[in-house]
Amino acid sequence: MREKVIQILSELRPEFDFNDSLNFMEEGMLDSFDIINLVTALDQEFGISIDGIDVLPDNFSTIDRIIGLVEKNRAV
Amino acid sequence: MNLKFHNKKITGILTILPANEIKFEDEMLNYNFTAAKSLKLKMAMGYDTHRVVEGDTCVSDLCVHGMDYLFKNNLLAKDDIDALILVTQSPDHIMPPTSNIIQGRLGLKHDMICLDINQGCAGYVLGLVQAFMLLEQECIRKVVLLNADVLSRKVSKRDRNSNPLIGDAASVTVVEKDSCDSEIFGNIRMDGSRAEALMIPAGGFRLPSSAETAVMEEDPNGNFRSRDHLVMKGDEVFNFVQQEVPPMIEELLQFSSCDKEDVSWYLFHQPNKFMLNKLADKIGIQREKMPANVVEKFGNSSGVTIPVNIAYNLGDTLLREHVKVCMAGFGVGLTWASLLLDIGKLQFNQIINF
Repeated sequence: MREKVIQILSELRPEFDFNDSLNFMEEGMLDSFDIINLVTALDQEFGISIDGIDVLPDNFSTIDRIIGLVEKNRAV
Repeated sequence: MNLKFHNKKITGILTILPANEIKFEDEMLNYNFTAAKSLKLKMAMGYDTHRVVEGDTCVSDLCVHGMDYLFKNNLLAKDDIDALILVTQSPDHIMPPTSNIIQGRLGLKHDMICLDINQGCAGYVLGLVQAFMLLEQECIRKVVLLNADVLSRKVSKRDRNSNPLIGDAASVTVVEKDSCDSEIFGNIRMDGSRAEALMIPAGGFRLPSSAETAVMEEDPNGNFRSRDHLVMKGDEVFNFVQQEVPPMIEELLQFSSCDKEDVSWYLFHQPNKFMLNKLADKIGIQREKMPANVVEKFGNSSGVTIPVNIAYNLGDTLLREHVKVCMAGFGVGLTWASLLLDIGKLQFNQIINF
């Protein structure tokens, strides 16, 4: 899943290296519009619907947090 | 708060859209973002075309155009109107009320009530609730509810948060007493402590418009707007809707003892497709039951998106048959409100151009 998430992030913002960041939001690598596109891509890739109340910047600040979000919504 | 009304019905809906249509791609270069990123956003949010007024067209112009159409086609008689409610955030003037201006331009009788309500995205539900309350009076038999906004005139063309989705429109909804034993259920909630999430900062008495408020400034996301323009804190509004609307719908269904599957259509305000799809998933209904095509075709016209939705998606159906619908509006205020009602056998349900 990690590789797939990195691939989605890289397609979204090819100018950044997402392996080399501690916090995507604080470092300006993702903005709120990127998050919308990211949620849409994750929903499609993993066959889930990420809960709207979880669409918060903090939940998309690292690869681990994004994976956690996908796993949480897979369990629903 | 839970509300219940008896023996009231909608008998006709007319929607008025500006003929001027703008494509997302035509404005994309105004934004401080790459074309590729804007096009991805277009897909996720469902932006395509939107209708906006040209020049100095005002709310009263759209409403008078629609009312004249109804009079000329014998779909409404002037003397039958006992109350005229206008829900708008873009009045012709700060004073007098625009509903009075419309009454005067149409030459309506004096023995009636004109009422302006300052509400936005929940304005269709709020307006209907006001109409139902007025119809409790014996002397009021027919209420005309007008919803109209020309907020494109208050949106910066360089604001990607708001400009791609903004739409102008008006609607005329006729509401009457119903001799059948019908019930309408409603739920309204408000939170003024979050009012700044959606506002036009300047232009009122708190901060009058001036050369200073007209200065364009860049926000942290690269959008340019002045304090005379509409500003929407998109993240806050999105989270507000996802937090508050699903429990409101659940409570409405419980209050009315209605199963969510028994509702034919969920006719919600349409800010963007992404938000509506997430709402449908959270409420647990098929996305097909919650149309999300109004914003991509006509734009978000605040309180008018629900009547546009009804006329565009259920036009002929509602001339022939009754269906159970759940309406919900949410936004400026902050306000969130919903109604569960049967609607159908309308005398008219259509869209005309201005």
